Amino acid sequence: MDIFLQQIINGVVLGSVYALVALGYTMVYGILGLINFAHGEVVMIGAMVALAVINALTGSALPGPVIVLLGLLVAMPTCMALGYGIERFAYRPLRHAPRLAPLITAIGVSIVLQNSAMIIWGRQYIPFPPLLPSKPHFIAGAVISDLQIFIVLLAALIMVGLLFLVHRTRLGRAMRATAQNAEVAGLMGVNINTIISITFVVGSALAAVAGVMVSGYYGLAHYYMGFSLGLKAFTAAVLGGIGNFGGAMLGGLLLGIIESLGAGYIGPLTGGFLGSNYQDVFAFFVLILVLVFRPSGLLGERIAERA
Amino acid sequence: MKFSHGFAFAILAATLGLPGCGKEQAPSSELVVKIGSVAPLTGPQAHLGKDNDNGARLAIDEVNATGVTIGGKKVKFELISEDDQADPKTATIVAQKLVDQKVNAVIGHLNSGATIPASKIYHDAGVVQISPSATAIPYTQQGFKNAFRVMTNDEQQGKVLGEFAVKQMAAKKIAIIDDRTAYGQGLADQFEKAAKAGGGEILAREYTTDRATDFLAILTSIKGRQPDLVFYGGMDAQGGPMVKQMRSLGLNAKFLGGDGAQSREFIKIAGADAEGVTASSPGLPLEKMPGGREFLKKFESKYGKIQIYAPYAYDAAMTLIEAMKKADSVDPAKYLPALATIQRNGVTGPIAFDAKGDVKGGAVTLYQVKGGNWVPLQTLGQEAPPAADVPPAADGKSPFSAGY
Amino acid sequence: MSRWEKLKRDPRAAWAAFILLAVLLAVLPFLTDTLLSRTWVRILDFVLLYIMLALGLNIVVGFAGLLDLGYVAFFAVGAYLYALLASPHFGIHLPFWALLPLGAGVTCIFGVLLGAPTLRLRGDYLAIVTLGFGEIIRIFLNNLNAPVNITNGPQGVNKIDPVSFGGFSLNQTHQVFGIHFSPVHNYYYLFLALTILVIFISMRMQDSRIGRAWVAVREDEVAAKAMGINTRNIKLLAFAMGASFGGVSGGLFAAFQGFISPESFTLIESIMILCMVVLGGMGNIAGVVLGVVLLVVLPEALRYIGPAEQALFGRILVDPADLRMLIFGLALILVMLFRPAGLLPSTIRKREFEAEDEAVVESETPA
Repeated sequence: MDIFLQQIINGVVLGSVYALVALGYTMVYGILGLINFAHGEVVMIGAMVALAVINALTGSALPGPVIVLLGLLVAMPTCMALGYGIERFAYRPLRHAPRLAPLITAIGVSIVLQNSAMIIWGRQYIPFPPLLPSKPHFIAGAVISDLQIFIVLLAALIMVGLLFLVHRTRLGRAMRATAQNAEVAGLMGVNINTIISITFVVGSALAAVAGVMVSGYYGLAHYYMGFSLGLKAFTAAVLGGIGNFGGAMLGGLLLGIIESLGAGYIGPLTGGFLGSNYQDVFAFFVLILVLVFRPSGLLGERIAERA
Repeated sequence: MKFSHGFAFAILAATLGLPGCGKEQAPSSELVVKIGSVAPLTGPQAHLGKDNDNGARLAIDEVNATGVTIGGKKVKFELISEDDQADPKTATIVAQKLVDQKVNAVIGHLNSGATIPASKIYHDAGVVQISPSATAIPYTQQGFKNAFRVMTNDEQQGKVLGEFAVKQMAAKKIAIIDDRTAYGQGLADQFEKAAKAGGGEILAREYTTDRATDFLAILTSIKGRQPDLVFYGGMDAQGGPMVKQMRSLGLNAKFLGGDGAQSREFIKIAGADAEGVTASSPGLPLEKMPGGREFLKKFESKYGKIQIYAPYAYDAAMTLIEAMKKADSVDPAKYLPALATIQRNGVTGPIAFDAKGDVKGGAVTLYQVKGGNWVPLQTLGQEAPPAADVPPAADGKSPFSAGY
Repeated sequence: MSRWEKLKRDPRAAWAAFILLAVLLAVLPFLTDTLLSRTWVRILDFVLLYIMLALGLNIVVGFAGLLDLGYVAFFAVGAYLYALLASPHFGIHLPFWALLPLGAGVTCIFGVLLGAPTLRLRGDYLAIVTLGFGEIIRIFLNNLNAPVNITNGPQGVNKIDPVSFGGFSLNQTHQVFGIHFSPVHNYYYLFLALTILVIFISMRMQDSRIGRAWVAVREDEVAAKAMGINTRNIKLLAFAMGASFGGVSGGLFAAFQGFISPESFTLIESIMILCMVVLGGMGNIAGVVLGVVLLVVLPEALRYIGPAEQALFGRILVDPADLRMLIFGLALILVMLFRPAGLLPSTIRKREFEAEDEAVVESETPA
């Protein structure tokens, strides 16, 4: 039984990691209806910038978590500036273009960010020094560390924060108005460009947080880390219903748990015919099944049909 | 469209600049010998690719600095680096490009998936190829006389690892993880075979990918089976976090890996949890070989820390040049027999090839992390190579026991 | 534009252009071989192969408007089908002329099977499901070496039979009328013939009832349904047709390379093919061809930055390997910024794009 519990814990933590990144995806999508494929790369840049600061400060008298916080404080504005720049130069000119045009620029931005990171920080994996507390706790035979608990709480906190921002503030109201109908919102005095820029800046700040947490948790960063992380997060966001914060959280958690249970139990379930190598198949299978029955994801509303 | 001008210029430069490239710098008495070096220089494995390229470049620079005369002419070697992106399709284009540029030999490619399709093109063109790091068995089983490798293949290394796990590490119950790449799966399969033959019991075979960072799920189910050894076929970037996560789950089984895990990065990533981890590396410890220490010093002062395969690329280049010198010709047709029968001491161990082009003997050294450094334990699987006088174990005090 | 229109209407000019084009295409590999190098002939081969692939995806994305991010799966199925039935792996050696139609047929079925569950999905949800299917197929190919060895797993399939007609193997250099035809030349002509066939089928499809039905579904599915179009069948047909083009090019890829492994069929490959279609101009055959030429040639041309830097500055300033993909990414962004509808947009799309400004803001933004 402790094995099962452990797998659930593994899944929840992994799912929270996905959710951290998925929230950024969903935020941009909710306002713009655009899959920001470069979001994973912004997460990577956040991790890299933070690590550069952290590695410079390691060995100083400061306590570990303070160093990490300092890294984050440098990474956040960097990512925010980057997010603003990406929106301003790669997406805004294409706001009225055919739907797939911004998708291609997003891919272009991804390639550029990846290769820039490669030039700046080198091709090797960059280890994250063990600065964060990872004291283990034992619950009924299963293990969970401080850091893992923190990641789960952080993801939940950010989700609540975003919900508050969007549903309880003036800015949030402007965001929702822009999402519903940008033109009318503009006529009502909402500065659409500013709102969209803010959305990207907030999303990118979240990416920086996600980047630092992910690289701190797994102990390394690499210029290529954004791609698969972004892909998983995107899957999670769609599973939950893209554009919906609760959906991103739910989708992330669900995907994490599905992957954990899939890797752990797919062998026994299929009599040893399939193994943990089919973990992703299992995850995608569940995703497809969900979408076949709920074509807009678990919590997604049935939005107006678009070509 | 600013961009299209740049593009046109690139084409122009290509057509105009290429044929004369290299030759114009050399006086007519000097013979320019082109050697291709191919590895992924972009993409997720670029750190390994650049490492290989640096290894080969160091060898070429060294030889050029001392000066070599072949066939009565002073020879200047020129290294042409290409990026195959670890993609089989790009690999064939790059291979063709090197053939067109009339290279006399190629050092590469890094992955088996790129090495095999490219080897057909080198074979058809009669260009000698030495891979510093491709381990898949089929590479040298194609009947190509011009294809070699200075790295043990999966079978050679997997066998040594499997026997070592069962005999020396006294593992009875074993769990195996591989990353589903040609390298990881090939090595893990051969390990499984050897471990089973030695009487070990395989409790679990789990899988991950070469992009994964989270292994808690498979480690948890492995923990449920209580093995006393976990073998991982894959690279350091996964192996490092894997050990950390094993320990955090309270899975205290021994950890054994192949050459992909035997790197400095592995220790850096795994931190304190790396202590006691065992991994293999083909050949002999660098500091045991003649020239090994100088190589390490020169490489680190020029390119920084070695990732994994740079010494093998260095050896591949040196072996090629040695064969050219021996045959007194840079013509692949002429120096090929000399290469096939060569016997020399490289920095990674004695180098001689068997009939297929695999490195003969296939010595593999096992290392263990002690005090944050890789310390050589034992060299196995050696069949009377030319430099057999290698002391068995190390004291761990040598400044170079840091491994690579 | 008007000159082009005039030319198009003049039958003599059309014939002249046609003959000129035919001659150019016929001597192109020899031209590139002497002017550039053999590498470029090989790159030409890949250009043709990717034109077939991209035109297949163009049916799904360009004509029918279904965003497919897992298209490479069909390429993979075609390649593996050919490889398994014409290699020592199973000891089966079926001839090329039997395998190509078989590949087209099997991938066609795959197209319908994978298309059927996605019929209700739209836009980004469709994209993620097709992406999932693409990954599922790749994972199966990568892992079906145990318990029964079907695909040989990550090690890939080697020694795949080359295309041969009777005893005439395309993998050997032949001498006809004193001209040497190397393997890359031989495959060029085979690929060219099939590419022309694929272009022809694409054009005929586009102008047929089916083609118009696809456009109708793309523009407004509900309206199309109301007009009596069986949207289910028409969508499935798009998937099936697109898949079979992918299957054929997969088979050719396997024969040409002689070795395939799952590494060639990753998600990145799907994305690159999609980029080719969108960059060139979705739904426009000429545009897709241009997109392919650009995206296959560009990364290869950028290999010469090293020599270019050398020629320009006399020394290497930035490691060319560092710059190559960076410039490629920038090029993607710039082309899209300056030509959002693609380099050669289809006429219908262009019309929409010019007239749509206000209408689109509304329909492109989600509620």
